[in-house]
Amino acid sequence: MSRGLRLIPIVLFAVLVIGLAWRLIRPPSPAVPSQMVERPVPQFELPPALPTKRGLKSADLATGSPKLVNIFASWCVPCAGEAPVLKELKARGVTIEAIDVRDTRDAITAFLAQYGDPYDAIGSDARSNVQIDLGSSGVPETFVVDGHGIIRRQYIGPLSPSNIPDVLHQLAQVK
Amino acid sequence: MRATIGIALLLVSAPLLADSNLPPSYWANRQLPNPQAEAKAQTLMSELRCLVCQGQSIADSDAELAGDMRDLVRRRIAAGEKPSSIRKWLIERYGTWISYKPTGEPAAWPLWLAPVALLIVGAWLLRSRIRLKGRN
Repeated sequence: MSRGLRLIPIVLFAVLVIGLAWRLIRPPSPAVPSQMVERPVPQFELPPALPTKRGLKSADLATGSPKLVNIFASWCVPCAGEAPVLKELKARGVTIEAIDVRDTRDAITAFLAQYGDPYDAIGSDARSNVQIDLGSSGVPETFVVDGHGIIRRQYIGPLSPSNIPDVLHQLAQVK
Repeated sequence: MRATIGIALLLVSAPLLADSNLPPSYWANRQLPNPQAEAKAQTLMSELRCLVCQGQSIADSDAELAGDMRDLVRRRIAAGEKPSSIRKWLIERYGTWISYKPTGEPAAWPLWLAPVALLIVGAWLLRSRIRLKGRN
């Protein structure tokens, strides 16, 4: 066997080691992005989570102006963490609609009393059906929906104050 | 000692962020009355990947979202929907990531072709060996 051929296993081994080291140093993100971005919001109609506020249906998301759809729950700790950011966005004139996943009326009432209520509407998604329909894989997640009801952007995980300029930019862009 | 107690406490404590305020959905942990439909649902559920406990199928995962997906799969099967159509519906939302069943997408071609390539390389190596022996 020629000398060049003998080197092949060593080269293959080196490639393997480099590949493994690369994935160890830069692990792939575990986030599963929704394939629904750039597509219309699926048809849905959720009952109100609270007696004092309307529920959410897909028609509410195609009213001519862009909106945020926040998927949250009272039992979700990072959702409490992003509450001040949503409050700030609301203060800057952003319309925020909500999908409340697997929650009870009492728990959500207490959550909103404690962390503030920036929502125009809250639909109750008791079996995570609409969450799955949107391609969302957890709470919290936030979708930017344009005036025609097309999903334009997905934020996975809690929004942080550093996201605010980007969110405002996205909303202004999709008008 | 303190560390040991700490670890022991961590082991028995309830994980944060784990559970919602609602019990599992009706069909999450309940078999369909029709055994054929249940068998179809089971096969499909074992081929769908859990979004929370990535690496487990939704049939194996205890995550609530997996329970809600089992509920969704069983309801749709009971309503007469084909498993392939439910899988397609989920792939439309989460990408091929959600399905354990391999697809024929171009990114997977090297994997399909690798065994053939290895067989060819093996045959070639074997041929040169046999030739060497024949010469002796």
